[in-house]
Amino acid sequence: MGNAGGIAARRLSADELTRNFADIHVPLDRERALIEASRCYFCYDAPCQQACPTGIDIPGFIRKIATDNVKGAAVTILNENIMGGACARVCPVEVLCESACVRETQETRPIQIGALQRYATDWLFERKLQPFTRAPSTGKRVAVVGAGPAGLACAHRLAMRGHDVTVYEARPKAGGLNEYGIAAYKVPDDFAQAEVAFILGIGGIKIEFGKALGRDISLSALRRDFDAVFLGMGLAGVNALALESEDMPGVMDAVGYIERLRQAADKGALEIGRRVVVIGGGNTAIDIAVQAKRLGAEDVTIAYRRGPDHMGATWHEQELAQTNGVTIKHWARPLRLVAHQGRLKEVEFEYTQLDEQGRLMSTGDRFTLLADMLFKAIGQSFVPSPLSNGAAEALELAGNRIQVNADRKTSLTNVWAGGDCVPGEDLTVSAIQDGKLAAESIDRNLRSA
Amino acid sequence: MADLRTTFAGIKSPNPFWLASAPPTDKAYNVVRAFKAGWGGVVWKTLGEDGPPIVNTASRYGALEVGGQRMVGFTNIELITDRPLQVNLDEIKQVKRDWPDRALIVSLMVPCEEESWKRILKRVEETNADGVELNFGCPHGMSERGMGAAVGQVPEYVEMVTRWCKQNTRMPVLVKLTPNVTNILGSARAAKRGGADGVSLINTVNSIIGVDLDSMAPYPVVGGKGTHGGYCGPAVKPIALHMISEIGRDPECAGLPISGIGGIATWRDAAEFHALGAGTVQVCTAAMHYGFKIIDDMVDGLGNWLDARGHDRLDAIVGRALPNVTDWQHLDLNYKIVARIDQDTCIKCGLCYIACEDTSHQSIAALKANGERRYEVIDQECVGCNLCMYACPVTGCISMVEVPTGRKPITWLEHPNNPLRQAAE
Repeated sequence: MGNAGGIAARRLSADELTRNFADIHVPLDRERALIEASRCYFCYDAPCQQACPTGIDIPGFIRKIATDNVKGAAVTILNENIMGGACARVCPVEVLCESACVRETQETRPIQIGALQRYATDWLFERKLQPFTRAPSTGKRVAVVGAGPAGLACAHRLAMRGHDVTVYEARPKAGGLNEYGIAAYKVPDDFAQAEVAFILGIGGIKIEFGKALGRDISLSALRRDFDAVFLGMGLAGVNALALESEDMPGVMDAVGYIERLRQAADKGALEIGRRVVVIGGGNTAIDIAVQAKRLGAEDVTIAYRRGPDHMGATWHEQELAQTNGVTIKHWARPLRLVAHQGRLKEVEFEYTQLDEQGRLMSTGDRFTLLADMLFKAIGQSFVPSPLSNGAAEALELAGNRIQVNADRKTSLTNVWAGGDCVPGEDLTVSAIQDGKLAAESIDRNLRSA
Repeated sequence: MADLRTTFAGIKSPNPFWLASAPPTDKAYNVVRAFKAGWGGVVWKTLGEDGPPIVNTASRYGALEVGGQRMVGFTNIELITDRPLQVNLDEIKQVKRDWPDRALIVSLMVPCEEESWKRILKRVEETNADGVELNFGCPHGMSERGMGAAVGQVPEYVEMVTRWCKQNTRMPVLVKLTPNVTNILGSARAAKRGGADGVSLINTVNSIIGVDLDSMAPYPVVGGKGTHGGYCGPAVKPIALHMISEIGRDPECAGLPISGIGGIATWRDAAEFHALGAGTVQVCTAAMHYGFKIIDDMVDGLGNWLDARGHDRLDAIVGRALPNVTDWQHLDLNYKIVARIDQDTCIKCGLCYIACEDTSHQSIAALKANGERRYEVIDQECVGCNLCMYACPVTGCISMVEVPTGRKPITWLEHPNNPLRQAAE
């Protein structure tokens, strides 16, 4: 058992860890699903559907659940969102479909749309049904970079339309953040891989693992060798705190740790601090804080430089952290990392406030937290360099992401992009919509060529 | 609280709520529980001729579920009592002795011969029951043997059997009418002619409540087959209200006491039956769904409602809505209402819009105001049909408001578009 400073593995028993990383939600059984479905009003031009980035016909699928046409419900969902199963688990429904539900307006108790979506998609997966078939082959070949939600959604729709797809994935597994990034208790039981298998089940999609853009493949070669290219490589960079000695032992980036946690066959082997500080206000901050707690950390504090309403994490996620015993300190930003015997020992913070112009400033007050582990969860960034490797052409960027139009087409002919590497919400569901829209645009383009 | 005591066809009860002749009144055990719970009376489950008791099936009931609401409609294929006649008679006698203030009426169904009726009436009289109800209504099973609805559907038989009974007993005779006829007045008038002291209606409606799509047999399924049953429960209330009002406003039936039956589950349902002329009401399905305790709110709610309206007796409202029940041709064609949507309570579901747009008069506009969905009535297009109000899931959000037209009331009889109009004097 490693134990450096306050950091140790196996803080909890194997049983406790199994419980802590089991499914955080109890799925609806048929009885509960029918009761919940019966609450839906079947709204016209439904607000929930408008709030869904993939535009799932939510009243339509809920009505099908209510009539026990569960297969029909699942197909209605998957038609618009091939990762409807993952989205049912990870979507921030409290700020999307469920926040728009008219029952929320009427009685502050929206229909549990996410849970119903899971009921329908699980039903289909449990029966191993494959409702999608491929159109006759077009003979066209499309390259997809990245086997995350955007890339897989694009690949699936292209395969449906009769094109042959090759997906290049830098990592050894497909699924992107569903496999490497989402909190473990949201997608247990290897769900991400089951979903990938379902998506690939349509046929016509080949994945080449261990192939990274800019290292093993180049954009210019893909453009030369394929009829179209879709870029869905996500965000490769992790933002830094810009503090001195940020590389000292005990300071880690949350994304990398979560990736190890997700891939660990034995979660007990992961070392975690006794006192853990998380810097950030997004869902990654919540995910690392709650998982640290569930690995056995005693005190976990999230420090965020603004107030609760400014947090990227939804109120639901903030509540999840709090009910898991995580402390959230608002209006605090780190000033200094204090080491003891070469390892992190304390973090000094200053309190912040907004000035009259709405700018963030220090109040002048400071405080210190003991910490043997600090997680940076202050966002990820797009790394554009692989795009230009060996290419004369330059993709236009919007801000620091790839610029695309409404069809998710880039400034280069035959190149589309989507997911976290383009501007917009960094949500699984948005990435899937990007992939779907790009695929339809690619299809139209290839057919008219 | 208002006085709920009723005297119906000479039969007294402490409140107008009787349990209808059905499984809940099959034996003393249930009836005593009902009386303890506060029911005003019971109509004992139908007795037949002495002899080998009839035999019932398993299963017996089927139910209609709508949007998660169980037993909105209910059906049965159970026959009359399957217990020996003497057992029933002994229990009736004992219960009446123990509960003298409650109404105890005995439902009867015997073959269409005077001697059969005469025999059973004599034996019922010995129990000191308050009256009898002739079961001319059951649409299933017994009707195949020439009884129940087979009698009730032929006015001449209704009149004949009623007369036999009146001639052979001192007890009040109620005639239970079947709704499985095109015009209820045929059998109602026949009962009156035969001397009935009152009528009770409706009995159950011929029905197949559903089909088991696995076994491909109608519900309730008995060994892979099914048969039509008698339909009741909340869903039949509108049929019952109509038939009661038809009798209530028929001059030939004037003065004929009516015991209202059909989907009554609450005091509010009962009040509607009373308003259309029912002197008492009979309940079955609601009790079979929730147990006898529902009587508490029925009595309490009806009393409080009467109090709130300033009535001290139930009689004050019996038949009060009848003068307002008329024929279509007497309705005012110049009366105009339009829908009003209360934007403050509107939850933007759009159901009013799509109902009107797809199936009515395109008189609701779907707008966007500051990015918000907004639904507004187009007054010029609105015909005042009420559809949007009923489609709306928010109580009171959509109301229908009168729009003064400045025109005098006019009925179809006087309307210029009516080729057969009667010129106004």
